[in-house]
Amino acid sequence: MTTSMTTSTTTSTTNSTTAKLLSYPLDAWYPTAWDHEITSKGIISRTIAGRPLALYRTQDGHPVALADACWHRLAPLSQGKLVGRDEIQCPYHGLRYNAAGRCTAMPAQETLNPSATVASYPVSERYRYVWVWLGDPTLADPALLPDMHQLESDEWAGDGETIHAPCNYQLVLDNLMDLTHEEFVHSSSIGQEELSESEFEVTHDENTVTVTRWMRNIDAPPFWLKNMRDKFPGFEGKVDRWQIIHYTFPSTICIDVGVAEAGTGAPGGDRSRGVNGYVMNTISPETDRSCHYFWAFMRNYRLESQLITTQLRNGVHGVFGEDEAMLQAQQAAIDANPDHEFYNLNIDMGGMWVRRLLERALEAEGRSIAAPAPAASSKA
Amino acid sequence: MITSRDDVWQKADVIAVNDVADRIRRIVLRPELPRPALPGEHIDVLATVNGEQQVRSYSVVEAPENGGHLVITVFRTPDSRGGSEFMHSLEQGQVLRITKPLQNFPLRVGAPYYVLLAGGIGITAIAGMAALLRRLGAHYRLVYVARSRAAMAYLDDLAAVHGDRFEAHIDDEGGSLDVQALVAGVPAHTELYMCGPIRLMDAVRRTWADRGLDRTSLRYETFGNSGWFDAEPFVVRIPRLGVEAAVGSGESMLEALEREGVDMMSDCRKGECGLCQVKVLSLAGRIDHRDVFYSDRQKASDSSMCCCVSRAVAAAPPTTSGERPAVLTIEVP
Ligand code: FES
Ligand code: FES
Ligand SMILES: [Fe+2]
Repeated sequence: MTTSMTTSTTTSTTNSTTAKLLSYPLDAWYPTAWDHEITSKGIISRTIAGRPLALYRTQDGHPVALADACWHRLAPLSQGKLVGRDEIQCPYHGLRYNAAGRCTAMPAQETLNPSATVASYPVSERYRYVWVWLGDPTLADPALLPDMHQLESDEWAGDGETIHAPCNYQLVLDNLMDLTHEEFVHSSSIGQEELSESEFEVTHDENTVTVTRWMRNIDAPPFWLKNMRDKFPGFEGKVDRWQIIHYTFPSTICIDVGVAEAGTGAPGGDRSRGVNGYVMNTISPETDRSCHYFWAFMRNYRLESQLITTQLRNGVHGVFGEDEAMLQAQQAAIDANPDHEFYNLNIDMGGMWVRRLLERALEAEGRSIAAPAPAASSKA
Repeated sequence: MITSRDDVWQKADVIAVNDVADRIRRIVLRPELPRPALPGEHIDVLATVNGEQQVRSYSVVEAPENGGHLVITVFRTPDSRGGSEFMHSLEQGQVLRITKPLQNFPLRVGAPYYVLLAGGIGITAIAGMAALLRRLGAHYRLVYVARSRAAMAYLDDLAAVHGDRFEAHIDDEGGSLDVQALVAGVPAHTELYMCGPIRLMDAVRRTWADRGLDRTSLRYETFGNSGWFDAEPFVVRIPRLGVEAAVGSGESMLEALEREGVDMMSDCRKGECGLCQVKVLSLAGRIDHRDVFYSDRQKASDSSMCCCVSRAVAAAPPTTSGERPAVLTIEVP
């Protein structure tokens, strides 16, 4: 999918980068759920990239993602039940399917209709998530999963949650690629004016975009002062603060964040006098106007403290609640102003590169770039 | 996969025709609405038969990535219902009505071992699967069976592309396929995909069941157009309605009854759904069950039949001329 870079023309790329809301590539891994959400005790239904899925686990522990519509009359299989060995029974007329999506029983006949199948999508379980590939199954290579190793590493501790965000997934990516908004949206926790004053640097390749920002010799905002004191009780004084935003196609953003005692060498790589966290974000489009936003906050100090894990999760929950409110309001305003363009600023550099990578992938799949406008009736 | 049953008909230009084997013609179409075709997909085509429009299905045998061209390959059947004759009459520059590619025979990616089995023109459904499995580096075997070399489309190409993984069994060269040996030799968890004449597919189905292999791993597609016996004319009667119809060898019993104005129910018209079944009240001759809806037990009882594909034949092999045609007396719902 990333080899298609050279095929897009300058004209189409330049024009299309102005699409406010993007459609989603299908030849990509998307997280469906946290590992613990999918069990062999029941079926959950979740829509990923416009495809309703029935998710469950086999007795051997392998996650399964079937299309959530029975071959017969399209009844949602997720409303049925697990029967026999790893089979799902349709709640309507009882057709049964195995994990490969093959029908294994039909009512009132002694044979099986040879075309009775539902799609069984490739899945992969890694980094505490169950991922699904909805596009061409022959391209579903687990090596293409984004690197989120902190989520299952002994050197990191933490936990996270899911936000069901009422907006196009692209707005979440924009939000995470530019953190100057912290000064205004998160003023009581992580915001401070140096965020929008300091310079930043952007790099990219066919699959990733990185935005790096350093703020030297500043006061730590409340969230970071607390973290410093968890590691260095009684800490006072100035800090050097960093935010290094790593985006990986299609929708994973892991942000290396932290502060260290000012002047102790953090910008040069010595973070020993500091605290370091990783904000792990990975987003699945649900529809054109909603998404599943999975996040976790991981730290590499005081690994034994469940108290700190819980405090950090609750703290970030509060911060992300502020983002969610803004994203919802932004989506509503976009829908209410369908003819208005987005204007772009210097701070949008990282987000614009993300858009370009996504647009190239959509072009390579032969799919339209912009998410369709909402039906007129759904507007206020 | 769920096949969309929307009748999304579109125009397609015939851009090339050429013969690729005895009675087998390759037809290249350029659809108005290009869409990539996956292995196992087919298109429905509106054929003009006796001045009427009838739907026929043909596997997409080659499709470049973007779906800008679709290639189908049509066998002119001896007892054509008219569809294959129409298709063979097509010339470059003509315009057809076709659907987008439809999926009834999806290849599942990820099986540890595959056997692909094609009988005769069944290769059209199988060739694309073989190409994909080769590209994926999967473990597969491609088995191609036919009566004679002249009747085998794409034979040399397939042999060249698939090398060791390919084997041809040609009856008139003494190389008939040993179905028992084929099935006995498949490793556990093999998925077998087949398309071909009913005798071949039935033999595989039985052997597969005898070996106790997972029946959902045996995948097949049938267009219901081959039987145990050659098609011959027969007579069908419905006493309650006072109907008697002569079924020609080039038409189905369902079509003949519809022509007589009987209000018949049907859907798949290829012997899968059972919606066209009729009750057999009496029978002079025997039934050639060509469907996959009934089990062997049900077929043996001859108490009902799928009239979209199944037929009646005279009791003895139809060799003696002057043999009386079979007569079926039925009741319809
Ligand atoms: S809709 Fe599922 S069995 Fe009928
Ligand atoms: S119409 Fe489906 S079996 Fe005859
Ligand atoms: Fe934020």
